[in-house]
Amino acid sequence: MNEHNVRNFNINFGPQHPAAHGVLRLVLELDGEIVERVDPHIGLLHRGTEKLIETKTYLQAVPYFDRLDYVAPMNQEHAFALAVEKLTGTEVPIRGQLIRVLYSEIGRILSHLLNVTTQAMDVGALTPPLWGFEEREKLMVFYERACGARMHSAYIRPGGVHQDLPHELVEDIGKWIDPFLKTVDDIDELLTGNRIFKQRNVDIGVVKLEDCWAWGFSGVMVRGSGAAWDLRRSQPYECYSDLDFDIPIGKNGDCYDRYVIRMIEMRESAKIMRQCVNRLLGDAKVGPVSSVDGKMVPPKRGQMKRSMEALIHHFKLYTEGYHVPAGEVYAAVEAPKGEFGVYVVADGTNKPYRCKIRAPGYAHLQAMDFICRGHQLADVSAILGSLDIVFGEVDR
Amino acid sequence: MSEALQELSSYIGEAAGDLVIASDIAYGELTLKTDGARILDLLTFLRDDVQCGFVNLIDVCGVDWPARAERFDVVYHLLSPRQNQRVRVKVATGEDVPVPSAFSVYPGADWFEREAYDMYGILFTGHPDLRRILTDYGFEGHPLRKDFPTTGFVEVRYDDEVKRVVYEPVELKQEFRNFDFLSPWEGTDYVLPGDEKAKTN
Repeated sequence: MNEHNVRNFNINFGPQHPAAHGVLRLVLELDGEIVERVDPHIGLLHRGTEKLIETKTYLQAVPYFDRLDYVAPMNQEHAFALAVEKLTGTEVPIRGQLIRVLYSEIGRILSHLLNVTTQAMDVGALTPPLWGFEEREKLMVFYERACGARMHSAYIRPGGVHQDLPHELVEDIGKWIDPFLKTVDDIDELLTGNRIFKQRNVDIGVVKLEDCWAWGFSGVMVRGSGAAWDLRRSQPYECYSDLDFDIPIGKNGDCYDRYVIRMIEMRESAKIMRQCVNRLLGDAKVGPVSSVDGKMVPPKRGQMKRSMEALIHHFKLYTEGYHVPAGEVYAAVEAPKGEFGVYVVADGTNKPYRCKIRAPGYAHLQAMDFICRGHQLADVSAILGSLDIVFGEVDR
Repeated sequence: MSEALQELSSYIGEAAGDLVIASDIAYGELTLKTDGARILDLLTFLRDDVQCGFVNLIDVCGVDWPARAERFDVVYHLLSPRQNQRVRVKVATGEDVPVPSAFSVYPGADWFEREAYDMYGILFTGHPDLRRILTDYGFEGHPLRKDFPTTGFVEVRYDDEVKRVVYEPVELKQEFRNFDFLSPWEGTDYVLPGDEKAKTN
């Protein structure tokens, strides 16, 4: 072949590729097998969430957050609830906080299970998703038993959580933990030492810590590069400061380190869940699950049947909603994928003036070009998998 | 937490007071206001100064205030992992007044600025690739502006006869409903009919 016949090659990866983790279209410029440039085209799942939230009351905005990162719905609601509570100065009772933490950790396991196993599938292992999805199904049943929906729960609301949990449910969650740890061990055995899995992940997608910060990374991405940074520890919200858990960090900042961190975090989450379950069955067995401020949290059905005041409040809170004092706040939670933040500008009415959703996946995906340059084409799907992208939150 | 924030605020006031127009602490968060000419210097200072260390760019977004002369705010959220602090920097800008792009300070500003351009039409100078990002190819308008209707202008469907997706003006089966819940009992800025006599005894 003559010199002038050698040219770079452009290919489209997605939007219907199974390893694109949703509707991502990557325009790849290849020099042989080497990736020269990556141009992600996103927005194929854009639903205008932020615009819609501006036209809804604060309570009506909650369900939109389930539909962002739909593999860990409650973590998003949590960030919004924290933002509204910061503006209104609402305190959440301890039982409500424990339920929130319990379900946030369930969300973290849901997300990590999906990510670890499908990333393994992207690099060729077919068994882990089958094992992981069985556990996810059980967790979704816990979601369903708490709020009636497997995914779109609308359960964590400003002021607390929607309803109390039955004690049997808390006991069942407690019983689920030990068999789950066994499953994690099984997946661990299947992947961690696996030669092919290592060949595909070790030293792939290495990011230095300075680059992590500059590109706006958070969560597992910065921990994989060696920063001991977790919002649950460094800027604790709810009752995380009372709970005992460890933050795993990586050394090399490659896909394999990120995988190992996710595996350890699942075990740590199980540890947090066990502490929550013990307290929910122990010292916090009874008590309110949401703020007792009747101007923010609607009364229960039973009260409405007996009290005129409760009926009026119920009507007002579900039509007009509560008014939030003017101001602006940013509240963030450590979502499974990184720092999920909500920036709310309130103008003193019953609707947010502006609600910016800061999705961790958005910042991670924009660095695809930076991370993938010089890698092989086959590494693109391994890197994409380890970035943990879900298009619900990237496109909003 | 709030004392550390006070300290940080006064430190920034001393060390880079000429880069900041106003600073304010509300709801436990520090907000700095500056203008387009000084934003890059301020961001560079916040990133490089040892006592600040805001190396992580969390977010860049726009906010629309149609009643103002400079209708947009560009809001930067920064995080300092070393000081464990957050700061918010705000720049007011007009519809056709560009803001210098923060891409040279934080490469992570790339997509956030593209999004602000896409959603609000805020222009950034020095951005390497200021294309639309979230909206459709060939989309017109800036959807998060307050004067853009929530229902939009066009809708798409697949037309089986021409074998492609077609764009048509939006047709609503029911008018878009936006209720005004603001209660007249909590005080209006206009005089309610009949109320003009209430205060004249």
